[in-house]
Amino acid sequence: MHMADALISPTVGGMLWAVSGGLIAFCARKVKRTLRDNLVPMMGVLGAFIFAAQMINFSIPGTGSSGHLSGGLILTILLGPYAAFLVIASVLTVQAFFFADGGLLALGCNIFNLGFFPAFIAYPLIYRVIAKDQHGTPRAWVAAMVAAVVGLQLGAFSVVLETKASGISELPFGTFVLMMLPIHLAIGVVEGLATAAVVSFVARARPEALRTAPSAGASVSLRPVVIGLAITAVVMGGLVSWFASTHPDGLEWSISKVTGKEELSGSEAGVHKNLADLQKKTAFLPDYGFKATEAESAPAEHAAPEPEPWPAVNAGTSISGIVGGLMTLALVCLVGFALKARSIQRAHGND
Amino acid sequence: MSHHIVEVRDLFFAYPDGTEALNGVSFRIEHGGAVALVGANGAGKSTLLLHLNGYLPTTRGEVRIGDTPLTRETAAMARRAVGMVFQDPDDQLFMPTVAEDVAFGPLNAGLPPDQVACRVASALERVGMAHVRERPPYRLSAGEKRAVAIATVLAMSPDILVMDEPSSNLDPRARRRLIELLRSFEHTKIIAAHDLELVVEVCARVIVLDGGRVVVDGPTRDILNDEALMLAHGLERPHILRHSHPH
Amino acid sequence: MGIADWIEIGRMDELGRMDTPAHRLDARAKAIVTLVFIGVVMSFPLHEISALTPFLLYPVALISLGRIPARYILKKILVAAPFALVIGIFNPLMDRQPVATIGSFVVTGGWVSFVSIMFRFVLTVGAALALVACTGMYRLGAGLEQLGVPRVFVMQLLFLYRYLFVVADEGVKMMRGVELRSDGTRALRLRVYGSLIGHLLLRSMDRAERVYRAMVARGFDGEIRVLRRSWFRWSDWGFVCGCLAFFLAARMWNLANGLGLLLTGIAP
Repeated sequence: MHMADALISPTVGGMLWAVSGGLIAFCARKVKRTLRDNLVPMMGVLGAFIFAAQMINFSIPGTGSSGHLSGGLILTILLGPYAAFLVIASVLTVQAFFFADGGLLALGCNIFNLGFFPAFIAYPLIYRVIAKDQHGTPRAWVAAMVAAVVGLQLGAFSVVLETKASGISELPFGTFVLMMLPIHLAIGVVEGLATAAVVSFVARARPEALRTAPSAGASVSLRPVVIGLAITAVVMGGLVSWFASTHPDGLEWSISKVTGKEELSGSEAGVHKNLADLQKKTAFLPDYGFKATEAESAPAEHAAPEPEPWPAVNAGTSISGIVGGLMTLALVCLVGFALKARSIQRAHGND
Repeated sequence: MSHHIVEVRDLFFAYPDGTEALNGVSFRIEHGGAVALVGANGAGKSTLLLHLNGYLPTTRGEVRIGDTPLTRETAAMARRAVGMVFQDPDDQLFMPTVAEDVAFGPLNAGLPPDQVACRVASALERVGMAHVRERPPYRLSAGEKRAVAIATVLAMSPDILVMDEPSSNLDPRARRRLIELLRSFEHTKIIAAHDLELVVEVCARVIVLDGGRVVVDGPTRDILNDEALMLAHGLERPHILRHSHPH
Repeated sequence: MGIADWIEIGRMDELGRMDTPAHRLDARAKAIVTLVFIGVVMSFPLHEISALTPFLLYPVALISLGRIPARYILKKILVAAPFALVIGIFNPLMDRQPVATIGSFVVTGGWVSFVSIMFRFVLTVGAALALVACTGMYRLGAGLEQLGVPRVFVMQLLFLYRYLFVVADEGVKMMRGVELRSDGTRALRLRVYGSLIGHLLLRSMDRAERVYRAMVARGFDGEIRVLRRSWFRWSDWGFVCGCLAFFLAARMWNLANGLGLLLTGIAP
């Protein structure tokens, strides 16, 4: 799932770098402010541990193949979201530098795809909620699997979005999704199994090790809600857009059924128009063409002059729209956290 | 020099899981000289050492470094006076290069850069490791790592050197060099060791621990020569004394 | 997998610590130039090939100046290629619009963009590897910190790197112990796996605790202080300006095309 530079446009890469860089700075400040300054060596050594653990395989029961731990979820269980994100980012950085596993431009994307979802969504919203600190029980096994699957699905979907928004690969959105998501479903199950196996061992051998993660406390209360909304928005936007661009007929058909109108020349344009409008608002994205699988192309709201004589298809605006929307939401989230953290800090200062 | 004094009075300590590691340890070490802490595994040596620089808080009893009681507030001062070298050099050499590892202590003490550079140079010189200053620590041999680990502590100019199993994993030549080095130090030395031969060569006084208590505290040759005593506390009489002639 | 990868990092580490003109360039200069390089290369339109060729000069020059074995870099590029190949191969499948003919083979737009993708892959991965091989993790980390990367993150990178070999060693020893007692299958059963990785994890945590102990013993109070500071020299400025000018020129004008026109004698 490590993306290569050759498939990312500088814009998409730059944007995700801004997001990841912001997250790194944010987490770095959070880690510095915790009272546990033994986190510094702990994070480093656990990063090395994850590296080592990724090299050791186990045989997946029922199949003939083997899998290994990627570590995002277990790091979050051990260290909490902020420190875990930094560790994941550092592991990916070393992998990019030394194994060319993922490019430097794409590193921002990879850090986001593989770090944000396990640390800030899969763990707080799924694992903790289901497992409720009862590590090692069957409940925790289920929690780990669900959390890992969801985290990886979201990450895989992001890979698709980022690749399509870059406009370099001609892989159709639908095909790409159908390739990535099922594979990463399987990978997620494997990750969940591995995570749960290790966690249950540690829960038996040294339970206090699992209690070292800093408790979330009041400062996390808003974040899950905001993040949940953001992700929902992205997923809905992606699904709607995919549906619209690959099944314009299907969309017309369902609209006619709902509204009772036979003549639907307006509605298809309506869907595209709305998406194009969204893109106008986040207009710092350049127009990258997106070749639709169907030959037809809806009228483009604004066709940027392209040096190549290919027909410009404006279904690309929908992808730009999603990415633009995601980016805006992410920035809003970051600003939101920063402000919240600031206000909490001020509140403590007033005590 | 009062700041060379290490005094421990009625020190008790139990770990969170209930293990009673120290059951009333008392001793006093004055300026200069080398004292060895010997005892079987689990006798409490490491726990005692970790009290001497305040890493483990004193819960019952008292530890005094240079006449100042060791508390959370005085711990920083204690760490400058007491330099501690641990058993595994890999745990102590965590910076990118040898020079940066040796500089870590003085930098934390707030010294200005030129003084830090000075301390680094002289500490490395002292242990004979000036030639590896730009090397990353994992490119050193066990003996070199051990010497550099000592240098990282020397750079803080401590009055008291505490060492935990300094000769472990060293080949004979490196071990011999270590013994020479230790004998040349003028600091007060407290050395926890299983290597009783080294103890005889380096330390004039020995404290035997067993079950978290001080069993005996006195001149090295007298105590280590007492075969019955040694065997009773999980130790044995070192060869160097078996074959030496009593003076 | 396993031992081979550690040898990999070890080799890279060795290369990074050499002393050549390329290594002596300031890490920040190389990092910035490499990032600009990647950005410029990826900013080309989808079907460009010839205009990209002059860019090969940068990684090749760095690798040569740095005395890095070219075969080593090529091998790493090959190993990393599959992901890009799998995605890129869809371009010829999807884009069937013919562009040119070579003999009897019809070159479609899809093939052109595919070649462009793979060439960009070679360029970007080559440049990234050249950067690391000519700088080394430590100088790179120090450079990144000076460029503004949060110190906590840089320390994390350096600590990870420092203990990579140590933990890997422990992992290898544990695996050896398992292999000697099993029937030789490399992949473990889940329960054994959980126990082995769990042990490795606990040992790692213990080691982290001991490192912390050593840090505290030398006065660590949570604040990370650094000694190393590097300054740009004339050669560094020259390197940065020269490279950026070259990238700009090669981006604005198709230098390869110009060379071709020159050689075929057709006046521009």
